[in-house]
Amino acid sequence: MADEIQKEVETSIEAEGKGRKTIDLRDRHKIWWRAQFLLASFNYERMQNMGVAYSLIPAMRKLYDTKEEISAFLKRHLEFFNTHPYCAAPIFGVELALEENRANGGEVDDAAIQGVKIGMIGPLAGVGDPIFWGTLRPVLGAFAASLALTGNILGPILFFVLWNIIRMVFIWYTLEFGYQQGASITQNLTGGLLQKITLGASILGMFIMGVLIPRWTSIDMSTVVFSKADMGAVGDKFPDAIAMIESLNGIVNGEPMGLDVFHNGVQSLQGAVSGGFSIMNDAANYPDDPWRLLTTTSLQSVLDQLLPGLLPLILTFFCIWLLKRHVNPIAIIVGLFAVGIIGALIGIF
Amino acid sequence: MEIISVILVLVVAFFAGMESVLDQWQFHQPILNCTMIGIVTGHPVEGVILGGTLQLIALGWMNIGAAMAPDAALAGVASSIFVCMKGMAVEEAVAVAIPMAVAGLALTIFVRTITVGIAHAADAAAEKGSVGGVEWCHIGALMIQGLRVAIPAGVIIAIPAQAVQAALDAIPTWLTTGLSTAGGFIVVVGYAMVINMMASPKVWPFFFLGFALASLSELGLVALGIIGVVIALVYVELSPEFNGGGGGAAQAAGVDPVDAILNDYE
Repeated sequence: MADEIQKEVETSIEAEGKGRKTIDLRDRHKIWWRAQFLLASFNYERMQNMGVAYSLIPAMRKLYDTKEEISAFLKRHLEFFNTHPYCAAPIFGVELALEENRANGGEVDDAAIQGVKIGMIGPLAGVGDPIFWGTLRPVLGAFAASLALTGNILGPILFFVLWNIIRMVFIWYTLEFGYQQGASITQNLTGGLLQKITLGASILGMFIMGVLIPRWTSIDMSTVVFSKADMGAVGDKFPDAIAMIESLNGIVNGEPMGLDVFHNGVQSLQGAVSGGFSIMNDAANYPDDPWRLLTTTSLQSVLDQLLPGLLPLILTFFCIWLLKRHVNPIAIIVGLFAVGIIGALIGIF
Repeated sequence: MEIISVILVLVVAFFAGMESVLDQWQFHQPILNCTMIGIVTGHPVEGVILGGTLQLIALGWMNIGAAMAPDAALAGVASSIFVCMKGMAVEEAVAVAIPMAVAGLALTIFVRTITVGIAHAADAAAEKGSVGGVEWCHIGALMIQGLRVAIPAGVIIAIPAQAVQAALDAIPTWLTTGLSTAGGFIVVVGYAMVINMMASPKVWPFFFLGFALASLSELGLVALGIIGVVIALVYVELSPEFNGGGGGAAQAAGVDPVDAILNDYE
């Protein structure tokens, strides 16, 4: 009943506004609430895609009427999406402005709507992950846990209240910020500008995909070891390290160690580690000088020398190739899980 | 053990499961779910202390990108059931929490995989223009995530503590290693779909530029985002296809909004 009255009020406001369809404060409140369920249906194919469609549905109800428009809206917001769950809000704000423009006869096309999303998800995740997961939650969690360890219930209560106030306020204001910025962009759109935005967004999108593939994919082949080579005695290459150890032995005998000896020794050891060496005692083969430098050559170290992130890149291209041949993505995912399990069985992972 | 407290524990477990994927209200964090289970079973102090202990262990557990952390939800719920309902000591329960976190991780990977099927159901609903269908797919997947923790919690309440430990030990390592390894690279399927959507001969070089720069670990995602925005702006500004005819007026009017849309979100 209340909804019907609200609808009447809104339609009369719309009629006064020369038929321009707008997403009002009430709709944005609904979207703010729904955006907090962004991750509900996270999946390995398009990740947060259903969450985007779900969050933006209140805008769709206001902007589109026909079945075709609604179907097209849902489909274009069921595409791949994955970012920090709180930082999705500013992207939604911009999307709202773009959709509003489109519904009122603007020239915003599917590519622009998708391009803005793809261009923004990576950098925003890059902001949100270190701030919320890497900093705020550990700090707040450690503070609350230290209270809780004494049995003080204020710990969990403070954690819950502080975290959720920060989170909800952040989501609301960044949603509003995105919407206002997006609206000012669409107000003075010219034909060429939109193509520029689309091209620019897909350049940014492709660039970020290139970044994310090696960064967010983990394939570790260091279990596959080809060889361990003896690179000589530690003392031959890093004499300062040996000097420090001898000096340390001297401390036991009552002789103090000089700061310079310690400093040079630590630097020398750091050099050995960053040079990719490991140090091993091999008294059986080298009774005179048992501390040996070793280099381990694994499949991973060979690949890293060739090009870091090579395996994720190859795997991505393989998936692109399969998808272009209309292989079902679910079949690819099941196949990849099979590869993981078989790999673990035969011991390469 | 009263039936009401069992039901309330299962409700807490359900919320913890939902939050383990939503990551919003944080009911999956041990400091909250252990405390809540402690309260509903009448052992608030034990619950709070266990929650604080596990929270310190779980401080660095976070989902970044598509990489997944051990599952704090099942770890917290299971070990607080052991402490508050089966009389286990807090120290013992902490030891049980780690294998529980790994088991929970395997379960959530499983749910996130079958949700791919739900995503295709949502596609079908969108095709028909069914808004309710899309909404139900989304919320249905959330319910499954809730049950993912609530059902194991129910099982743990029902069976003796030793049997749980034995069952956990029985999961072969090749299965858990295989699942978590595949979880690390399964994301490429999603990336491949995005690339298929955006790719054109003109933009492929930028993909490889991003790929090459990603190997510089000194550059964080924000810095790389800035580089990407600058390259996109400069390319669009200099590109002959926008500078051929047209005239300067549209171009001059165009510069600022491009700046605004891209700069504000780098």
